[in-house]
Formats: sequence, C-alpha cells, structure tokens
Amino acid sequence: MAKILEVKNLRTTFFTHLGEVQAVRGISFDLEEGDILGIVGESGSGKSVTSLSIMGLVDEPGRIVEGEVLFEGLDLTKLDQKEMSNYRGNEISMIFQDPMTSINPAFTVGNQLREVIMTHTGMNKEQAHQRALELLTMVGIPEPETRIKNHPYQFSGGMRQRALISMAIACNPKLLIADEPTTALDVTIQAQILELMRDLKTKINTSIILITHDLGVISEICNKVIVMYGGMIMEKADIISLFDNPQHPYTRGLMLSVPRNVTGKKARLIPIEGSPPDLMAPPSGCPFSPRCQHAMEICLKKAAPLFKISDTQEASCWLHHPDAPEVKGFVKVAGEK
Amino acid sequence: MFGYYLKRIFSAIVTLFIIATLTFFMMRAIPGGPFTREKALPDQIIAQLNAKYNLDDPVIVQYLNYMKGIATFNFGPSFRELGLTVNDLIRQGLPGSMKVGIVAVLMILVFGIPMGIISALKQNKPIDYTVMVLATIGVTVPSFVVATLYIYLISSRVSWIPITGLSNPIAFIGPAIALSGYSLSYVARLTRSSMLEVLRQDYIRTARANGLSETRVIGKHALKNALIPVVTYVGPMIAAILTGSFVVERIFAINGIGRYFVESVSNRDYTVIIGMTVFYAGLYIFMVLLVDIAYSFIDPRIKLGKRTGD
Repeated sequence: MAKILEVKNLRTTFFTHLGEVQAVRGISFDLEEGDILGIVGESGSGKSVTSLSIMGLVDEPGRIVEGEVLFEGLDLTKLDQKEMSNYRGNEISMIFQDPMTSINPAFTVGNQLREVIMTHTGMNKEQAHQRALELLTMVGIPEPETRIKNHPYQFSGGMRQRALISMAIACNPKLLIADEPTTALDVTIQAQILELMRDLKTKINTSIILITHDLGVISEICNKVIVMYGGMIMEKADIISLFDNPQHPYTRGLMLSVPRNVTGKKARLIPIEGSPPDLMAPPSGCPFSPRCQHAMEICLKKAAPLFKISDTQEASCWLHHPDAPEVKGFVKVAGEK
Repeated sequence: MFGYYLKRIFSAIVTLFIIATLTFFMMRAIPGGPFTREKALPDQIIAQLNAKYNLDDPVIVQYLNYMKGIATFNFGPSFRELGLTVNDLIRQGLPGSMKVGIVAVLMILVFGIPMGIISALKQNKPIDYTVMVLATIGVTVPSFVVATLYIYLISSRVSWIPITGLSNPIAFIGPAIALSGYSLSYVARLTRSSMLEVLRQDYIRTARANGLSETRVIGKHALKNALIPVVTYVGPMIAAILTGSFVVERIFAINGIGRYFVESVSNRDYTVIIGMTVFYAGLYIFMVLLVDIAYSFIDPRIKLGKRTGD
C-alpha cells in the first residue's frame, strides 16, 4: 500500500521565557493509505503537538526544529503558511477536542461550512449550499435544511462535533487528523462519533490519525497504534500485537491502569507510579526510565532505539537487547532495527 | 420585535422622567438662584424677575409646569441668555458640536480599531509597542493639553491651518484630534486586548485548520467576535462626543453646546441645566438602544426581546 504520510525524525520545541520545552523529540512514523492510526499517550506526551506539527499549526513560540513531514512525498514543513492553507481543510483536515469552543459562535453552521467548500473548490454559493446539505446529511444531522441556518449555540456538543467533522471532510481529504475528538463528549455520543468516523473512512476513503489518551477508543477503531511518552515513541504496532503482547513497560503500565472486569470480580487498578518527565529538562535516557520498574543503568543514559519485535511491532526498550536480563513477556531480538 | 421596541421606548421615557425630576429638585436644593449676583440686586428687582419667570410659584407648581413643558419638548426660556429659549440654544449650538463630533467619531473608528488590530497581530513587536505607547499617552494627556499643543506647534505656524473656528475642512482637524484623543486611544487598547483574547480561541485554530486565508481568519472570524466589547464602549461614547466638550469648544472658539453643560450649572440657569441634562440623557439612551441592536447582529446568541439559553 502507498504511504500517504511519512514523518521523519520530527522535533518540535516551544521556546518559552522559562526555557525550551521539547514537546516532540525526534519521532518517525508512516501512515499507509486506508490506515486508522491511533496515537496514544498521557497529557504532555507530545501527541497533540505532533498533529499540529503535521498541520503546520504549531503556535508561537513553538517551532518545528528538525525533521520532515512528507505528505505524498512532499515535505510540508518547507511550505509557507499560504501554500499550506491550500492543503489544510482540503487534502489534510483536522478535528479538535472540544466542539463547544472549536466552532465560531458568531456565524451560522451553514456559513462556516459553505466558506470551507468555496475556499477549496471554487463552487459558487448555491452549489456550496447544496454540498453543505449533503455533508450535514452524511454526518447524521437531522433536518439539514433547518439546521444549516442555525448558529452553533443551537447545537448540542455531539451535533457541533458532527458539524465540525462535516467541515473537515468537506473536500474529501486524503488524511483526517482527529485530536481527541470524543474526549469532551459523553460516552453514548462518543460511540456515535467513532461510528461516524469509521463510516466516513469507507465512504470518502480517507486515512485517519486518531489522537487519544483512551485505549478503549483505540481498540474500537484503529488498526495501528503508536504509544508516545515524553515526546518520543515508545511502541509502534498493529492493534492485535499491541493489545495481545505489549512490548514496552509503559504500554504494559497503561494496560494495567485501565479498568477491566467492570461487572465481574473486582480487579485492582495498578497505576504507573511517578509523574511524566519535565520536558524542559528531559531525561537524557529513556523518558520513562524514572518510572520504570525494569530500568537499567543504560536506560538512564541512552534512550533505546526502536527494536523490531516482529513485522508489525517495534518497541523502544533496552529489554529487547540480547544482553539485557530476561524479563517475563519481553522478547529478545538479535539486532537493532 | 415591535413589542420590544415599545418596551424600550417606554422605559426610556420613565428614565428621562426620573432624571428630569432628580435634576429639578437637586438644583433647587442648592442655595442661590439664577439671579444671585456677587453684588446683590435690590429685593424688588429679584421679586419682579422671579415673578416674570414664575419662580415665585410653589416649587411643586413649578415642577408640574416644567414637566408639562418637557413633555412637549419645550424646555422653557433661558434665565441668562436673554430672549433665547433652551431650544434655541440647542438649535444654535448642536450643529457645531455635532460636526466636530462626527469627525471625531469617524477618526476613532477609522484609526482606533485598525490600530488595535495591528497591535494585536504584531503582539510584542516594535509596532505594537509604538501603538501602545501612543495609546497610553492618548489616554492620559487631557484634551486641553492636546488642543494647546496643536495650536502652538501646528496651526500657529502653518498659515493655511486656521487656529479657531470651523471655517474650512482643515479647521476640523485640531478640534477633532483634541476631542477624540482619549476615546481613540481607549478603543485601540480595547480592540487590541479583545483581539488577543479572540485569537487564542479554539475556533480560530479551526478556521486555520480548514485552510482559510489569514485575511479571512482575522477579518471575518476573529474581528466579529472581537468587536463586541468595542461596540459596548463606542455607543455611549458617541453620545458623549456628539454633545461637544466645554474645553475643546472654548479653546477652538467653536459655537457648540458643550459650554452650556458647564456654564448653566454655575449660572443656576435652571431651564438650561434640565434641558441639557434631558437632551444628553435622551441621546445616551438612544445610543444604548443602538448598541443593543448592534449586539443582535454581532452576537447571534443575543435575541432582542427574547430570553435564550445557551
């Protein structure tokens, strides 16, 4: 399958008054056509900044300091804002976490939707209006003829997210980035929105990057997963390998801290002790080493490369090194990737 | 909608009635009267003057007569400007004040708002600092200083700029600058802070993520939201500016109504005080109504005459 997006050694840093915050520290990944890639991690792990970096929307004082974002082979980091705006909302779209604040309260839904369509397609107002009605129907907004004239305050949270999704898919983007699209919504609406995204993926044939801190959401919709921590990739795998056989202590920690057996016998939640690293002075070794129960001397000094566990799984942990001590469940691999 | 305007007009009338009543009795509570002079007039003359202007009636009768006059927009004769009624004074002075006022208001809108926007877009850059320093000066330096400096530095040295009066369009520059200085600076600061607030909003990021041009993001999505607090300030400000300024009209020798606000009080010119107060209050209430109407265009959540939940 063709690669639609290749991120190579991306580094994004915020140059604040207090110092440099290294939000994303040299990550690389590919997205193939038709993939739904989940990026999971806790707050401050760099997942949102990664998505904003792809969109070229990193705000001051942040900046991409290194790396490439190749979209169909073209390096987006080399484009200026004006060139980039031809891609945004057209070939690459994004939906955001909080639908209550992410839609402009001062204009009708129809006005905002038509604006996106007319900006990228050159349709006239009437054609754009028809297209807008189609889109609202597609995202499951009832009575689109009435709703298109409504202002956002007349929409519920779930409806607003649907409206925002309709703007994002207005030009059949090849890549849709969803930054925690369901976090601000209640659970039933959350399920509906995920269903909608899955549905749209087949209808308009788009690839999706889904950013979330919710492993449940990942398991429901994604086929590949990246686990991020401290601005770095800890583990990269397809969905089955990751859930069946996590190969990074952090991934394991995440799994153990998810509530299971909700109705059955009580199982104790095991939190990951400690707190995320200070990205202003990130640890020189593996960012997870201060919280890792398996941490070795080398972990504190040098971050592990991504060891290739199988064709579909890579993990950045020294436990996979042939010289590492044997730990149950962790595979040893011969060489570095 | 129609019912809403009826309600607003009714409440405006009640407000004006209360203002007129309060002003009437507060004036009477102050010792002295319109004919009190440093060199006391003979009692007989005072009595005759009082009789001529019906000031010898019981206060309550005077009050009722007054209110009757006001209800028919007849504010009565001035006690000081012989042979002139308050209506005459307003008719004579208002055009001058309004003309300068309109120029000042236009300057505020045309320069103040864009200055604020540019400042916000270039936050913490030299142009932002420059604009903000100018705006701080504008807010703090009083209009008579601006007026005097303008005359001293510019119009007294440039022969084709008139120093006083409103004889040609160029003559408006000085009074308009002096009159608008404070508000222009205030509007620039207000627009800047409001714009900075709006630019941080999530929907601005959405607009950018949707690939809209920066011109549209700022000029459409940000500006409409940023203008709400500006409109709130500008409405009543217009009422204040159109009714002139004692200081500016004095310095530039403009025949306006600004001076009556001040002079009528020290002269105890009862009818002029009430007339001016009611006139200004009426204009003010009208501007506030315009602001509310403007809100309903800018912010769709505000529906005139209806309660809406969010």
